[in-house]
Amino acid sequence: MSSPVEHLIKQTCEWLRGSGPNSDIVMSSRARIARNLEKTPFSHWASKKQEKETLDLLEPTLASSDMLKGALFVRIGELDDVDKQLLLERHLISREHIVHPEYKAVAIGDREIVSVMVNEEDHLRIQVMQSGLSLQECWRVASRVEDSVHKRTQFAYHPEWGYLTACPTNTGTGLRASVMLHLPALVMTKQISRVLQAITKLGMTARGLYGEGTEAEGNFFQISNQITLGHAEEDIVDNLDRIIRQVIGHEENARRTLMKNSRELLQDRICRADGTLRSAHIINTKETLGLLSMVRLGVDMGLIDSIDRRAVNELFILTQPAHLQKIEGRSLSSAQRDVKRAALIRRRLEGR
Amino acid sequence: MLCDECGKLKATVHLTEIVNEQITKLNLCEVCAKQKGSDAEQHFGIADLLAALSDVEAAAPAQGAAVSRVKCPSCGMAYEDFKKIGRLGCGDCYNAFRANLAPLLKRIHGAVQHMGKSPTPGLLKEQKSLSKLQDDLNAAKQELQKAVKKEEFEEAAALRDKIKSLERKLRDPRS
Repeated sequence: MSSPVEHLIKQTCEWLRGSGPNSDIVMSSRARIARNLEKTPFSHWASKKQEKETLDLLEPTLASSDMLKGALFVRIGELDDVDKQLLLERHLISREHIVHPEYKAVAIGDREIVSVMVNEEDHLRIQVMQSGLSLQECWRVASRVEDSVHKRTQFAYHPEWGYLTACPTNTGTGLRASVMLHLPALVMTKQISRVLQAITKLGMTARGLYGEGTEAEGNFFQISNQITLGHAEEDIVDNLDRIIRQVIGHEENARRTLMKNSRELLQDRICRADGTLRSAHIINTKETLGLLSMVRLGVDMGLIDSIDRRAVNELFILTQPAHLQKIEGRSLSSAQRDVKRAALIRRRLEGR
Repeated sequence: MLCDECGKLKATVHLTEIVNEQITKLNLCEVCAKQKGSDAEQHFGIADLLAALSDVEAAAPAQGAAVSRVKCPSCGMAYEDFKKIGRLGCGDCYNAFRANLAPLLKRIHGAVQHMGKSPTPGLLKEQKSLSKLQDDLNAAKQELQKAVKKEEFEEAAALRDKIKSLERKLRDPRS
């Protein structure tokens, strides 16, 4: 049987396009809004029957939203493990969404810009993702999606505390805005922990490539707002945007310093990474991420011109376990994946 | 290499734990690793952090015990449940646990008054007209069934047209 998410593998999601403002440092921007139905238990506390009712109610509601025209509606329970992992790797669903998936679903809009999780921790998690630094735009689109759903449903709302969510850390606006940054120069010049500490003091959180509890692999850092109550959405987004611009400035400085003071060292690391990726026959995900990060830095700094940024970006996702298995069309052991991964990278870097 | 935990499946996850400055290395299969991982989460989850933030028992033991037994009238969640899982049961829990949640929200966000988007009057109006359309549609569907049962076919045809037009309006409110 062909899988309902088969075609995703053949397209580049919007957020990987490698274009948009500041895309040499900013991989992607995202806005996520949490909403819950009035007078309905939150998904984690609901009985199976209640969970099903919520899904049955929200499915047609989302389908009739003009912001989700032609969206793909997937029930997570109907997917096999690789397909679930595939959606996770593409940042379309969260890890939590894979656990007890019977009445969980996701609506995936055109070019994967808009996606809406149903029955995650909250009834609705509306997400908008774009490439480059475009937080305001992400928020505006997410808000329009929310409007379109809100026309047909009542959300749990409290005049004092705003939108009510399962976890009190999301109460108020329910808005989590985040930016995925590539900060190799700050890591190489050992300034990263100082920068991250400062960010935390300003009420923001820093995480790894795949969110909560993941390591900052490939020099990617996801920075998001921590506070959701007491500030209007525009202010939350504006605040984060200002801080991100500061971080971008620091990374640019660090890149210039490296270029000025240790050009050979930098060139050596970048070209060795490129060389390893072009000649490796067995490679795991972690090593791949580290080396791709160096190649991307090389592309961004004009030290490598044999490949473009979008192609490097795509490799970050295509070399993940589920993507590899979808490309090969069968399940692969970890050792088999390491071989197929190396082959895929060699092919792509040769432009084939 | 086989899993240290079950000894049956191949170990693919290699875990290093530091307990009391002793490093222990564990080689686990994916199944046992997941089990282990969820154990760790339960110990170090957000629930504990939230509980620590909202705990009133330390300050006022007598009052705290009473608070723990408070139950949300809508979904049946007890305040104790919230402390354990760190998630509320429904929107009404916010009112039921107000005494504890207000200081907790203040500690998390540094504020207690929501700012920003709210269900606006314009939206509310549109919502009301849509929910009226939905009510009309449901009523018409019931009438249609009755009409069919009574074999009043002319009436049934009229109702069928009405249902179609209501469904069209619901799909696209601006038409």
